[in-house]
Amino acid sequence: MSTAAIEVSALTKRYAQVTALDAVDLSIQQGEFFGLLGPNGAGKTTLISIIAGLSRATSGRAKVMGHDVIDNYRSARRSLGVVPQELVFDPFFTVREMLRIQSGYFGLARNDAWINEVMENLDLADKAEVNMRALSGGMKRRVLVAQALVHRPPVIVLDEPTAGVDVELRQGLWQFMRRLNRDGHTIVLTTHYLEEAQQMCERIAMLKAGRILALEPTHELLRRISGVLVALRLRGQLPPALRDWVIEQDHEHVVLRLPHPREVGAALEACRSFGSEVEELEVGPADLEDVFLQLMSETAEQSLS
Amino acid sequence: MNPPMPMSALAMATAQEASSWAGFRTLLYKECLRFWKVSFQTVVAPILTGVLYLLVFGHMLDTRVEPFAGVPYSSFLIPGLVMMSILQNSFANSSSSLIQSKIMGNLVFLLLPPLSALQFFGAYILASLLRGLAVGVGVFAVTVWFAPAEFQAPLWIPVFALSGAAMLAVVGLIAGIVSDKFDQLAAFQNFLILPATFLSGVFYSVHGLPSFWQVFSRANPFFYIIDGFRYGFFARSDVSPWFSLLVVGLSFCALSAIALTMLRRGYKLRT
Repeated sequence: MSTAAIEVSALTKRYAQVTALDAVDLSIQQGEFFGLLGPNGAGKTTLISIIAGLSRATSGRAKVMGHDVIDNYRSARRSLGVVPQELVFDPFFTVREMLRIQSGYFGLARNDAWINEVMENLDLADKAEVNMRALSGGMKRRVLVAQALVHRPPVIVLDEPTAGVDVELRQGLWQFMRRLNRDGHTIVLTTHYLEEAQQMCERIAMLKAGRILALEPTHELLRRISGVLVALRLRGQLPPALRDWVIEQDHEHVVLRLPHPREVGAALEACRSFGSEVEELEVGPADLEDVFLQLMSETAEQSLS
Repeated sequence: MNPPMPMSALAMATAQEASSWAGFRTLLYKECLRFWKVSFQTVVAPILTGVLYLLVFGHMLDTRVEPFAGVPYSSFLIPGLVMMSILQNSFANSSSSLIQSKIMGNLVFLLLPPLSALQFFGAYILASLLRGLAVGVGVFAVTVWFAPAEFQAPLWIPVFALSGAAMLAVVGLIAGIVSDKFDQLAAFQNFLILPATFLSGVFYSVHGLPSFWQVFSRANPFFYIIDGFRYGFFARSDVSPWFSLLVVGLSFCALSAIALTMLRRGYKLRT
């Protein structure tokens, strides 16, 4: 097997009171389009920060393309391009200056052809001589993506890249990332837009409270919850026969996951014969969000018991 | 977004030979460009401040004070003002550049690339030194016309200009690393740098001070920078320039060791 793009073993990060990462093991292969999912505070950004060398692990190791992020930080950082979550910029410079400088930091002094190509692909070419301060938020985000690509890193990490960006940029960005992925780049994406991860990622890790709850190919995660979701508003009690299917319940609102669409009729019949009236009904396919909710509630139960 | 274009070159990402010195050079260039783009504020304004000091104090005291026999007060004051400007601006450059990057969040652009602690240190110090010297040369070029100038031991002038600027650049770097907010940095500036420069003999010779304050002044490393620098002009000083050079050199080495250790450990920079 070839070297993993990212290899993390027993990685732990503790702050004074909080354990942000709890002995995480993770291996992302070269060429993968990988999703890192989890609610806020799950440890996604901490994990990325350690891989990028922005943060130091309390214990455990992280490698990028086989290079340890501490012992061999130069090679590790050359192999990695990170698009940070925060919309940061340097107000002193224009877009082109920014990209040239960033390229220079990586030791690439004459890199204009590639810088131009990246700007073309991110629709930044006509903003090349504009000061960073004068750019809109979406444009600043594009520059951040371009900065992460100036040194042609084999591994690209995007930390919540589409938070608060317009639809056009989101589409364009995904198109570009797919192309980079086809060309052999490993792409790691953190997001809490599950739909995005479902569309883009071949494999997904779900994080909560610093632990990996699930690590599977996207289609297998989805297969876990094949079936249909039925959201009901009931006047009356839920029949005991249906309790096994409940994945969410809040007063009269109930969400059931049924193994097959043909069960829907039987479930409604059960409610009727139990004397509970169905006031609202919504039926839809299960998606990643449900896996997510299911996993999150399972761990919540475990921690209670 | 544009239609797809061939990107096969991307797959050979690691093939390109990258020089780590290019990283240092780029950071040095960026740091110089940063202050040069706002040079009205970073170079011209401090020159004006230096000139104002000379006009006010020189005019008031020229006929009343003579720290070195036979040397007019304005002539005595000019090297002090030049050095004060060098010290304050070297400090201001590294400290404010770093704190701005921290607060704006764009420090991440420097933390992601493969720059070593030494490269980071070298680029910040050298850029700050250049700004300090630019201001110092500017103050001297404007003030030298106001009083007769002497250059009795001229080799000492660049020696102390460089070592003083470098030392304060390192102090600025440390202050920038330690501070999280502008007001913390302002405290460094107001409670450490400003008193230490004013009490170092910029405006007077410590020989004229009561003995307690003479001892106190000799505990201030800035005193040796100014005293040694002034020796270059008048071949007269409160202590031997060799001793001053030793103090400044040792201070620089000790402070650099602290700054480099902080950078290597990522103190307050890498969480």
